[in-house]
Amino acid sequence: MLELRDVKKSFTLPDGTPLHVLDIEEFQAGAGEQIVIVGHSGCGKTTLLHVIAGISRPDSGRVVIDGWDTTVLSEADRDQFRAAKIGYVFQTFNLLPAFSALENVMIGMAFADGRADRDRALMLLDRVGLSHRLTHKPAQLSVGEQQRVAVARAMANRPKVLLADEPTANIDSGNQQQVIDMLRGACQQENVALLLVTHSPEVAKQFDRVERLEEINRVLVSNRD
Amino acid sequence: MNLWKIALRSVQHRRLASGLTALSIGLGVALVVGVMVIHGVVSHTFRRSGEGYDLIVGAKGSRLEMVLNTVYHIGKPVGTVPYEYYKEFESGRFAGDVELAVPCCMGGNYKGFRVVGTTPDMFDEIPFPSRRIDNDLSELATDEEREEARRREQDKFADSKGLFSEGENFGWGDYFGGVVGATVARKTGLKVGDKFRPVHGFDAEQGEEHDEFEVVGVLRPTGTANDRALFINIEGFWQIHEHGHYDESLDVLPGENASAEKPDSADHADANVVPGHDEAEHDHAAKEEEPDHQADDGHDHADEAGAGHNHPHDGEDGPDHAENGGDDEADHEHGAGDGHNHAFEGEAGHDHDHDHGHDHGRQVTAILVRTNEKQIARAMALPKIINQEGDAQAAMPAEEVTRLLEGIVGNIQAVLLVFAVMIVIVAGIGMMVSIYNSMSERRHEIAVMRALGARRTTVMSIILLESILLSLGGGIIGLVLGHSLIGLLAPQIMEHTGVVVHALQFQAAELILIPGLVFMASIVGYLPAVIAYRTEVAESLSE
Ligand SMILES: Nc1ncnc2c1ncn2[C@@H]1O[C@H](COP(=O)(O)OP(=O)(O)OP(=O)(O)O)[C@@H](O)[C@H]1O
Ligand SMILES: [Mg+2]
Repeated sequence: MLELRDVKKSFTLPDGTPLHVLDIEEFQAGAGEQIVIVGHSGCGKTTLLHVIAGISRPDSGRVVIDGWDTTVLSEADRDQFRAAKIGYVFQTFNLLPAFSALENVMIGMAFADGRADRDRALMLLDRVGLSHRLTHKPAQLSVGEQQRVAVARAMANRPKVLLADEPTANIDSGNQQQVIDMLRGACQQENVALLLVTHSPEVAKQFDRVERLEEINRVLVSNRD
Repeated sequence: MNLWKIALRSVQHRRLASGLTALSIGLGVALVVGVMVIHGVVSHTFRRSGEGYDLIVGAKGSRLEMVLNTVYHIGKPVGTVPYEYYKEFESGRFAGDVELAVPCCMGGNYKGFRVVGTTPDMFDEIPFPSRRIDNDLSELATDEEREEARRREQDKFADSKGLFSEGENFGWGDYFGGVVGATVARKTGLKVGDKFRPVHGFDAEQGEEHDEFEVVGVLRPTGTANDRALFINIEGFWQIHEHGHYDESLDVLPGENASAEKPDSADHADANVVPGHDEAEHDHAAKEEEPDHQADDGHDHADEAGAGHNHPHDGEDGPDHAENGGDDEADHEHGAGDGHNHAFEGEAGHDHDHDHGHDHGRQVTAILVRTNEKQIARAMALPKIINQEGDAQAAMPAEEVTRLLEGIVGNIQAVLLVFAVMIVIVAGIGMMVSIYNSMSERRHEIAVMRALGARRTTVMSIILLESILLSLGGGIIGLVLGHSLIGLLAPQIMEHTGVVVHALQFQAAELILIPGLVFMASIVGYLPAVIAYRTEVAESLSE
C-alpha cells in the first residue's frame, strides 16, 4: 500500500553545503497498518512524513502509495493526490483560525475534487465527541479539542494513509490518550494506514510495530559509524 | 465550501482591518457615485427642460446665455426683441414654418424666484416633463400614426389636472392671473387665490413692486427649472410696464412712445377649430372674470385636434369667432377694435384704467418656437435665416445644452471623476498594504491549506478573491454611502439649483464600478497572491 524505495533527501544549507537528512533503502506499510515512528530530535521524522505526503520531493527514489509513484507527479498533481489520499495531523495549529470546527473539516473536502459531504463531516466530528462544538472557532476550543477536530479533518476525504506528527505533544497526558484512541479508532474503522510520530514511550508502547528512524535511515547509520 | 466562501471567511476573520479597508474604498466610491449621479441628473434635467420646442429666438448675444436665461432661469436676459418680431412667428412671414411660438418676458422676481411673463400656451402647448408620455413618437412608422399619438398625448396633457397640483392654467384674458412652480409654492406658501407682487430685478428684495397678480394654479413638481419660477400673463406684465412702472435695469421697454401700431390678428379662436370639438373641462373661461375667453379654449383644442395648427391668425377679423361654430364656446364677442393679439379685449374684473389698445414699444425677451414638422426643410433653415437677418438670433436649446454639458460641465465632471477615482486607487493601495502585511502571519495558514491538498494556484486565487471581496464590499459601502449622501443633500440641491435628485437615482455609468473595482482588486491583490503562491509548505508548517 505504502512503499518507499531508495529515498534520499538532502537540504542545501545557506553556505551551499548539502545536508543529507534521509536515506531510506526500503520502508513499507500495509493497508490499515498502524506504525509508530520514533527517533531523536532532528533525525528526520518530519522530513520523512513530508516526503510521504508529497509536500517535499525526494532527491531520488520512489514513493508509491496506493499504486501511484508520487515522485513522478507534478507538484499540482501531488497536491491533488494528497488531498484525496493522505490525511495529516500536525503537532500544533492544525486548524485554520478563520473557520469553525465544522468548516475546518469541510475545507479539506473543498480542496479535494469531491463534493462537500456535510453529513460525513458531522459524523466525523461526532466520532471525536465534538458534535456540540461545530460552530466554535479554533480559538474557542481547547488544544485537545483542536487536535480532535484535526483528526476528524484528516479523515474527511477517506484517505489511504494518515500521517500524524507528534499529535499529542502539546496535550496533557489524560487528553493525550483520548486523542490517540480516537486516531487509532478512526483509522481502524476505515482501514487507513497510520504513521504516527511520537517522543512519548507510553504512546509508542501501545503499537505493535515501532520503527526507529535511526535504524532505517542510513544517513544516521553512517554518521554513527 | 467554495473558494468564495473560504475567502469570505478570511475577510470576516480580520474584521477590523477588512472593515477599515472596505470603508476607505467605500469613501472613494461614494465620491465617484456622487459625481456620476449629480452629473447624470443635472444633464438629464437640463436636457429635459427644453423639451416641447426646438428653437429659442431672442436678442443677439450669447446663445448659451439666452438658453440658460430662458429655459433655466439663470442669469440676466441677453436683451429683448420687439413685439412685432414675435408677430412674425405668430402670424407673419415665419408663421408657416412654425407650429407654435410662445413669447416670454423676464418679469422680475417674487421673493427671489424668477417671474416670467408668458401666454397660456406655455402650459397648454408645451409638453412639460410631468405630462410627457413615454412612447417615443419618432419610432412610430407613419405620419398618421405619429399624428394620432400626438393627438392622444395632447388630449392627455390638455387636461390641466395632469400639470397642476392645484388650480389650473391662467386664461388668455386673465391678465393678472399667474401660475407658480412647485418649489415656489412650497417655499413661499403661495396657493390658489393668493395674491403676489413681483418686483423688478432678479434678486429678492430689490426694485419696485408691480401690481398684484393672483395665483390661479400651482404646477406639479417637474424636476426642471420651472419648479422655481412663477408665470404671469404677459398681457398683465405689459400693462404694468405701460403704466410706466418699469425699471431701466431691465431695459424691457425702450421707447415708450413707439408708434402705436395695432391690430394684428386675432385671437386664438381661429378657423382651425374643429367643429364639434368640445371639452368643457378644458374651459378656462370658467373663471368669472373672463367671460369671453372661451375662444382661447377653442384655440387650444384646435391644437389638440392636430389640424396642422400654427396659429394661423386669420387677419384682423376679430369678430369672426362664430367660426368656432358648432360648439358651445361660441359665446365670445370680440370688439372689432380690439388691438391685442389673443383678443385681450375683455377687461372685465380688472381694475386698470388703461386703454391698452396698442402694443407700443412692447418687447419680449425670448420666443419659444416649435417648428413645423410638415415644413421640415424650411423649419431647418429657419435658425439660419433668423441669425443672418441681424436683429435677432435663434438657438437650439438642445444643442446649446449639449455643448455646455460636454464642454465646461463635462470637463469639471471629468476632473472630479479623476480625483474620485484617484481616491479609490489610493484606497486600493491601502488594501494591498493591509493584505500584504497580513501575509506574514498567514504563512502557516496557507501552508496548512496546502498540506490539506490546496494547490499553489488555489491559495493564490483565495487571496485574489479576498481582494476582490474587499473592494466589492467597499463598492457596496460606497454605493450606499453615496446614494444616502445624495438623499441627504437632495433638499439642499433642490433648494439651490432646482434639480430634483433622489437617493435611489442610479446612473447606468455606475455599473462600470463593478468591473472597475474587480480590475483594481486583481491588480492590487496580485502581489499578496504571489506571496501566497510562493509559500513553501514544509518550511512554513513548522512556524
Ligand atoms: N528546510 C530545511 N533546510 C535545512 N535544513 C532542514 C530543513 N528542514 C529540516 N532541516 C534539517 O533536517 C533535519 C531533520 O529535521 P526534521 O524536522 O525532519 O527532524 P525531526 O526528526 O522531525 O525533529 P523533531 O523531533 O525535533 O521534530 C534537522 O537537522 C533539520 O535541521
Ligand atoms: Mg519533527
